[in-house]
Amino acid sequence: MTGLRAHDLSFAYGAKKALEEVSFEVGAGRFCALLGPNGAGKSTLFGLLTRLFVAPRGSIEIAGHDLARAPRAALAELGIVFQQSTLDLDLTVRQNLSYFAALHGVSGRTAATRIDAALDQLEMRDRAGEKARALNGGHRRRTELARALLHDPAVLLLDEPTVGLDAAARASITKHAHRLAEDGKTILWATHLTDEVGPGDDLIILHRARILTRGKARDIAGDMTLHERFLTLTGAAS
Amino acid sequence: MTAYLTSFRAIVLREALRFIHQRERFIAALMRPLVWLLVFAAGFRAALGLSIIPPYQTYITYETYIVPGLCGMILLFNGMQSSLSLVYDREMGSMKLLLTSPLPRGWLLFCKLAGSTIISILQVYAFLAIAAAFGITMPGWGYVAVLPALLVAGLMLGALGLVLSSLIKQLENFAGVMNFVIFPMFFLSSALYPLWKMAESSKLLHDICAVNPFTHAVELIRFALYLQFNGAALGWTCLAALVFTGAALLGYDPARTRMGRKT
Repeated sequence: MTGLRAHDLSFAYGAKKALEEVSFEVGAGRFCALLGPNGAGKSTLFGLLTRLFVAPRGSIEIAGHDLARAPRAALAELGIVFQQSTLDLDLTVRQNLSYFAALHGVSGRTAATRIDAALDQLEMRDRAGEKARALNGGHRRRTELARALLHDPAVLLLDEPTVGLDAAARASITKHAHRLAEDGKTILWATHLTDEVGPGDDLIILHRARILTRGKARDIAGDMTLHERFLTLTGAAS
Repeated sequence: MTAYLTSFRAIVLREALRFIHQRERFIAALMRPLVWLLVFAAGFRAALGLSIIPPYQTYITYETYIVPGLCGMILLFNGMQSSLSLVYDREMGSMKLLLTSPLPRGWLLFCKLAGSTIISILQVYAFLAIAAAFGITMPGWGYVAVLPALLVAGLMLGALGLVLSSLIKQLENFAGVMNFVIFPMFFLSSALYPLWKMAESSKLLHDICAVNPFTHAVELIRFALYLQFNGAALGWTCLAALVFTGAALLGYDPARTRMGRKT
């Protein structure tokens, strides 16, 4: 089964094209990095994949559900970590997670069990009673990742989740996401940092609203490092 | 159905928690109408003579006259305040959490609207209690009868706030809302002066006041406080609530929305 499929997506902000004829698939249980320089169209693509706005053409399928025709079923299978933090800083970690669970219709004992499990998975259980404001950047991100897992989605979208984190926190979050893919989640990880992409990961390089190339990261890198290849590709396309 | 109730409870609770965390907002929301009631009205009492008009059955003081208008003022300012918080939520990103929930977007917006209306109503009752402490009282059952009127008026003004929040791109533009929405709506209404008084000054201004939905919200509250039913005011307020809700749903429709636009 396909985890995530986008077909022929195009989007423009007025006259400025943000995405042009973007098509790709991410297999179930795969970690796919969406690599692109700033302004490539990654956040626009995430806006479309999360139905914050709708593309005038093209289609999106999440865990087999068409986002336009069955938005509720599709969104129920989607876990999202946005680029900007979306935690309520005045609420505790647990209250933030309970609020999110309720937005997915989960409450009571079921919610409490899932929250504990998600916090355990991200090693955040002992911070559950702390206000989000008291957490450092890395722990806030982990809380958001735990929150995105609460409703046990098949697909996880992470939009530059390591922005503003130090090297250790970055490595930790990246490792967690890879582990989730090993456990069967489909991951789409947007980034502009090549060191977050493993050689065995799927890779899509987005530049100036279009997909430049896609495939296995090691195949795309070829005889160069991925960083060199990325600069060559995006530099040549500039 | 459980999912709907669960989300409703969570969103209303979050609004309440947010309100509790912002105690200064509560004090500010009460200070505004109290200044009007205890300072402005006292000063204008001598200048403005009021005849006996429904729902009043006797001569009333100016302070008594403006109490329903000031209840409306609390609802109006809170509607705009929650609109401001929605724009803030959008800029900060937390609105995205709400909009990517699998529950219908219209329902989630209604929950948000209901939450802010409930908070507003609590503030209105706090204001009425303080007014009563200063000797400005209504018939006892009026305090109960006014509840549904406050609910309808609060939902209507909250829905207007939702429409505005879908139109305002940036927080900085919110000052314009104060000048172009709140002040005209409040002053071009029957909150501070009866419409017949306005007609004496200008027919045009009177007509504008008469179509202002806020006028009808205030009259609905005024009549309910005196245990009288004003069908026309209820009809106009409900109609305005429906129009604003429809416009808000359009404003937040993902096919039309500007939510994703980079600021």
